[in-house]
Amino acid sequence: MVKKIRVLVAKPGLDGHDRGAKIVARALRDAGMEVVYTGLHQTAEQIVNTAMQEDVDVVGLSLLSGAHMTLFVDVAVSMKEKKMDDVLIIGGGIIPQEDVPGLKKAGIAEVFGPGTPVEEIVNYIKKNVKR
Amino acid sequence: MAEKDTMEQIRQKHQEWEQEFYKKAIKENPERKTKFKNLSEIDIKNVYTPEDIKDSDYLNASGFPGEFPYLRGVHPNLYRGRLWTMRQFAGFGSAEETNKRYQYLLGHGETGLSVAFDYPTLYGYDTDHPLARGEFGKCGVAISSLVDMELLFHGIPLDKITTSMTINGPAPIIWAMYIANAENQGISKEKIGGTIQNDILKEYIAQKSYIFPPEPSMRLIVDTFEYGFKQVPKWNTISISGYHIREAGSTAVQELAFTLGDGVEYVKAAMKRGLSIDDFAPRLSFFFNAHNDFFEEIAKYRAARRIWAKEMKALGAKKTRSLWMRFHTQTAGCSLTAQQPEINIVRVTLQALAAVLGGTQSLHTNSMDEALALPSEKAVRIALRTQQIIAEESGVTNTVDPLGGSYYIEWLTNKMEEETYKYFDRVEHLGGVIPAIEKGFFQREIAESAYRYQKETDDSQRVIVGVNRYQLDEEASIPILKMDEKGEERQIRRLQKLRTERDNSKVQKHLEQLCKAAQGDENLMPFILNCVHSYATLGETCQVLRDVFGEYKEQAIY
Repeated sequence: MVKKIRVLVAKPGLDGHDRGAKIVARALRDAGMEVVYTGLHQTAEQIVNTAMQEDVDVVGLSLLSGAHMTLFVDVAVSMKEKKMDDVLIIGGGIIPQEDVPGLKKAGIAEVFGPGTPVEEIVNYIKKNVKR
Repeated sequence: MAEKDTMEQIRQKHQEWEQEFYKKAIKENPERKTKFKNLSEIDIKNVYTPEDIKDSDYLNASGFPGEFPYLRGVHPNLYRGRLWTMRQFAGFGSAEETNKRYQYLLGHGETGLSVAFDYPTLYGYDTDHPLARGEFGKCGVAISSLVDMELLFHGIPLDKITTSMTINGPAPIIWAMYIANAENQGISKEKIGGTIQNDILKEYIAQKSYIFPPEPSMRLIVDTFEYGFKQVPKWNTISISGYHIREAGSTAVQELAFTLGDGVEYVKAAMKRGLSIDDFAPRLSFFFNAHNDFFEEIAKYRAARRIWAKEMKALGAKKTRSLWMRFHTQTAGCSLTAQQPEINIVRVTLQALAAVLGGTQSLHTNSMDEALALPSEKAVRIALRTQQIIAEESGVTNTVDPLGGSYYIEWLTNKMEEETYKYFDRVEHLGGVIPAIEKGFFQREIAESAYRYQKETDDSQRVIVGVNRYQLDEEASIPILKMDEKGEERQIRRLQKLRTERDNSKVQKHLEQLCKAAQGDENLMPFILNCVHSYATLGETCQVLRDVFGEYKEQAIY
């Protein structure tokens, strides 16, 4: 049997906008992946710990508050420190195009903005998952 | 008209038309869809006639504007007398930066203020709290103490301009800061006007910026009701909000039903405390979304007015004002596209027009760039101009409820009311609003609707211009708001300075008094006012309440 892709959908920081995260979580589940959703108000540390404990292949971060340059980067840095280089990190939310290069440099593999069809995220994960 | 042609004649003629005329016509011109429905999944017929509203008699179901059941408006002359308040929700970075934006907006003809707070403020944390990391000023202004509040409203006449503040968990504290600031300027509590959102139920349901569990949260809200009608009589002590429920993905019917259901819940809570309904009800206000389906939105506002008036009457309200469903509207942020952002101006225009035709008391129009970032000065000016064009040029303000009597609008208004009562029954069956929240009922209903909307968009059953049809190969970029990077540093220095320079024994004393009162059942507003007057910070004051009340944790449902 093929191993199912395991994904952690996470909401860092204080942002309560969870419509997108929940839709993505459900769509990934419907696409046959195993999904863990952290719920709201997670610190970077909590997210990384959950990712380790759940042994996920992908971490999907969602943020609409504008704090992505700090909080997404915190998660990516902490995962690097913990040698979780084989975990794919992706992000989504209200993120201006000009912030995307900085996020990619920090280790966020791809950023999905408003209007992205969920299938695009599913396909991206299937193609780019590292393990 | 309907009296001259009998209903029977209309029915017969309609049948003939449908069978012979329409059927032939659609053979030649097949319909674009097998089913036409609005965003609440209500099937829409090809045409509406007097038959569709034959059971509603005009005087009982509609009546005249300013008269029960207020279907056609709460004011007899509506915009012929006074236009709606043009109130743009704004806030970013530090209090100084946001103050500049307020001056800019007022200079361009805005007629009321509306404060957006940043996340730490919404959760009752000071800017230097560890959980505030990265969030300073990002989606609103940071207000950690009375000092920030003073800077926020510097140069703005608080006795002349009304202010709406989107704050919920820490609403009593932020409101106290506003009151204290006015008092320090020599403006008495009776003279200031405005609104605090203060609607915790929709936080549990949708927006998720809650702090305390339901019971103490409801107590704080009733405290503000009571303090309000006794001390700050021109203040709306709550804005019962459907906006966020809709943004979280609900349908229009769900927005309507859940919001009015929450409203009734607050009224019952206040009555249970022993407050008289006609004391506090005149100061309840509402806040709705204006989404894409034009007529559905208009029907929603009209139905809301009638349902509310009937419910309030049933609860024993006697005063006219107690029966009024007065509301603010904001166009739907979730309908904006990051693709071809300029076309959002058109979406916003249609949504704003729906709000005006629905009789809104105040309006925020979104800026075209809000799917990307907080609005730039130019974008927000265009959004404000959109309202001004509707108000001054379109002619829709010349008469009250111009769509009243439209067979379609009246039918749809009735239909939405009917669907709302079905939800009321379901919630009652679950034991009321708070038990339904605890069972995840609203959250699940909203998540289902949100998922369906996304699916329909992804499958292109629902066309979103610029997203799944009429796309551009290359997106042009538009300038994005830049914030002062030094703002956070300045704010933290200001906070630290405040903590060393204020009379800390006084702060301590007031915080302890608040702590003691919170453990009892006195109204907490006077205690909170003492705290903020002595420059206790938002975080310190809120922490006292956190210690006494505990914090709410939700069960995530998707």
